[in-house]
Amino acid sequence: MEHANTLDDTREVYEPSLTPDSLGKLGMWIFLVGDTMSFGALLAAYAAIRAGAGAIGWLPPSEILGINLTAGMTFLLICSSLTMVKALEAIQNGNVSRMCTFLALTIAGGVIFMGLQAYEWTELIKHGLTLTSIPEHGLSGAAISGSTLFGPTFYTITGFHGLHVTGGVIYLIVILIHGLRGRYTAEFNHEVEIVGLYWHFVDLIWIMVFTFIYLL
Amino acid sequence: MADTPHKEHPKYINIFYWLAALTIIEILVAMPEYSIIIKGLLLIGLACAKAVLVANYFMHLKFERRTLALIVLTPFIICVFLVLMLMPDLTLKTRHDALVAPKAEVINTSR
Repeated sequence: MEHANTLDDTREVYEPSLTPDSLGKLGMWIFLVGDTMSFGALLAAYAAIRAGAGAIGWLPPSEILGINLTAGMTFLLICSSLTMVKALEAIQNGNVSRMCTFLALTIAGGVIFMGLQAYEWTELIKHGLTLTSIPEHGLSGAAISGSTLFGPTFYTITGFHGLHVTGGVIYLIVILIHGLRGRYTAEFNHEVEIVGLYWHFVDLIWIMVFTFIYLL
Repeated sequence: MADTPHKEHPKYINIFYWLAALTIIEILVAMPEYSIIIKGLLLIGLACAKAVLVANYFMHLKFERRTLALIVLTPFIICVFLVLMLMPDLTLKTRHDALVAPKAEVINTSR
């Protein structure tokens, strides 16, 4: 009997080392670590295919892909990352309406990004860059030739990132609805921080994609 | 500062200016034609600098426990290994020759 009492006492004093805040945050970080490997594998495959094609077999990306538009898209994602941290800053200071405004701006950034990517893809497909072919003429007007794997690698990697943006926008909308209903306060806001982690990660991945796919 | 990470926010707007400036530098570096190796190293360096800024300040990694940073760094190191291990398979001279040689034969027979 005495023994059972001791057990009950132990159970009462036991506190889980992972609080709801830190558990959610750790969960998101672990997901992001795994997701890094997904993108890493895609980019490594791209590097291997490109190296295998050689300097002549692979077109310089600037011959096919417009840099100006994607530079604007990069800037847009950086802006939306800024509005995301501003939203978190606002709620940690207890300002709900300011958080909702900044969350809405972040969502707008994501939606415009998706729109620009859809526009870019449409133009590229019209230009002749598909999963099985590359354009006959580059942006400079000169006749071009190279590996037809340019299209699949490009669409897979930017598409996988675009899916992440889409998911992020949905995720942000859910958090915004919670915010509008008054779920978050200066004390309870770790969910906003966690959606921020995801959103900044999408920005971080775009920085890599922009460098490897468009600039290099 | 490390004790109260959420109360003192870093100056996010400064990080934003840095990211914007680094993006412009990246484009300037990428535009002219020169050695792909030097260009690659410069661009990868700039991209990593931007990634570190985003992770450290926007994702608050700098203000978390050191262990978390080590966990996050691991896949990046593995990715570098992944690329290095794939490279020889496709760039070795013998492999290249094996791919090129049959093509030449096809041209001969058609003549």
